Amino acid sequence: MSATDSSATIPAPAPNDANRRGPLAEVFFSLLRSGTFLTGLAIVMFWVACALFGEHFAPYDPLADDIINALAPPSAEHWFGTDQIGRDVFSRVIVGSRDILTVAPLATLLATIAGTALGLFTGYFRGIVDDIISRILEAFMAIPVVIVALLAIVALGTSKTTVIVVIGLSFAPIIARTVRAAVLAERQLDYVAAAQLRHESALHTMFVEILPNVIPPILVETTVRLGYAIFAVATLSFMGFGIQPPSPDWGLSISSNYGMIGGGFWWTVLFDAIAIASLVIGVNLAADGVHGAFND
Amino acid sequence: MVFLGGQVLPGNVGRAILGPFADQRAVDALNHSLGVDRPLLTQYGSWIWNFVQGDMGTSYIFRSPVAPFVIDALGNSMKLAAVAFVLVVPIGIFGGVIAALNLNRPLDRIISLGGLSVTVLPEFVTGIILILIFGVWLRWLPISAAWPRDAGFFTQLYYLILPSLPLFLVLFGYIARMARSGMIEALDSDYTRTAVLKGLPWRTVIWRHVLRNALLPTITVIATQTGYLIGGLVVIETLFRYQGIGSLIFTAARGKDFPVLEAGILTIGIVYAVATLAADFLYSVLNPRIRLGTDQ
Repeated sequence: MSATDSSATIPAPAPNDANRRGPLAEVFFSLLRSGTFLTGLAIVMFWVACALFGEHFAPYDPLADDIINALAPPSAEHWFGTDQIGRDVFSRVIVGSRDILTVAPLATLLATIAGTALGLFTGYFRGIVDDIISRILEAFMAIPVVIVALLAIVALGTSKTTVIVVIGLSFAPIIARTVRAAVLAERQLDYVAAAQLRHESALHTMFVEILPNVIPPILVETTVRLGYAIFAVATLSFMGFGIQPPSPDWGLSISSNYGMIGGGFWWTVLFDAIAIASLVIGVNLAADGVHGAFND
Repeated sequence: MVFLGGQVLPGNVGRAILGPFADQRAVDALNHSLGVDRPLLTQYGSWIWNFVQGDMGTSYIFRSPVAPFVIDALGNSMKLAAVAFVLVVPIGIFGGVIAALNLNRPLDRIISLGGLSVTVLPEFVTGIILILIFGVWLRWLPISAAWPRDAGFFTQLYYLILPSLPLFLVLFGYIARMARSGMIEALDSDYTRTAVLKGLPWRTVIWRHVLRNALLPTITVIATQTGYLIGGLVVIETLFRYQGIGSLIFTAARGKDFPVLEAGILTIGIVYAVATLAADFLYSVLNPRIRLGTDQ
């Protein structure tokens, strides 16, 4: 989704514009030929459509309870059955895509912006700045995201913003590492030396000269991170540290219903689990396609 | 760092335990008896000193020493992690090797795509689906990991199979992928060609020349997955109601029981450091090229 947007806008300020449009168009066309990418994109687009327009074609209000028909198994009336207070599971699964598809992309965006800036700075200045920042980032990467999130959310309280910030900042070092590696290779090239000889400021050299040339690895890393962000958001919601009730979010629904799984009420969790699984696999297929398109 | 995260951010501990309606004098008295009204540095000094001596402090909620909780939980988690590792390491390596030997044939596609798909799924999603299949529909395995008191080794093992499977699935993809790419690289190398041209039997080439070189990076990956595994344990232990270090931290985080939270996370940090060190050691044992202090 955002992949095509940014690749369309980025080349404009690049000085070697004429040379860049060719390869980017080629990447675009090889994406269109990639079955993996198109399958992934189709799955993701399906859930995006559900998130945007789900309310209009969901048969019931996802939040409306109906105690008399609680825990009804799947039937013609309720395709996916009803949950413990009689809410229609089918409607909840459709509308449940909304929160995760807001939080995860925003977290990824934050991680990409912060990570790119950090990667540009450390890769461009190297030396002591690089050493200090890189050590700190490595220390952060050693702690599992779930643990960081747990601590931060205990300290700051649960809200969508906290989840976005926690996941965004936990992923930023990983993106920074990728960007840094790409920048280290770029800054050896003549155009960087030329910019420095023209007395361009460091900021100008980093963001106007180098950045457009390291877009491909950033795009690949961002699509991969989006998959992990969905993983993380779903997990945090399941743990009760993410999206809060009464949202029909998938992870949250599983967390409030899995206690009854021993009673055989499989429909209250199975469809949410499949929904998460399909979205995560869709994003990863698309990411795999993007990776392939840039590396062929 | 863990200490700061736990102490500085959460605000008033006494207030958190007694709730918003408690008398301010009661809150002050509780804070004093817990020692949380002392200056931060004093608290930090005594905390580290006591931890080193094996005293991890007193739980705010249970009002009893933390150490037995943490040690019990760590033991339980290690059992679970051990089951997952014993299953996944040989099977993952075997899968990767088979995939590489059948490069680009259907078997390779199935292993690679299957491995990729299960790796990207959140543990609680695969966990729920596995519980439904093996616990609810087939009734082969118990859906909770809490075995009866005084259960023998095999009973415990029986209860641990289902919880270890989601961890198995996530790790399988990583290990198989690393083993596969290591194998491909080694199969493509000059020494393999030399060995084949020397007329050595194919089996000998694979065992003596290819595998030894191919599996080195895999070992590093297995070690780096310890960090992931700890994050995964938090989720899995919550899902299966297993009394491990993950669920201990989770409960402590929910109940704002900071001594337990801090001790748990510090313990995890130590385990992580030890695992990384052990991996480095194993790597140098298996790879004579970087063995230190020889031929100098």
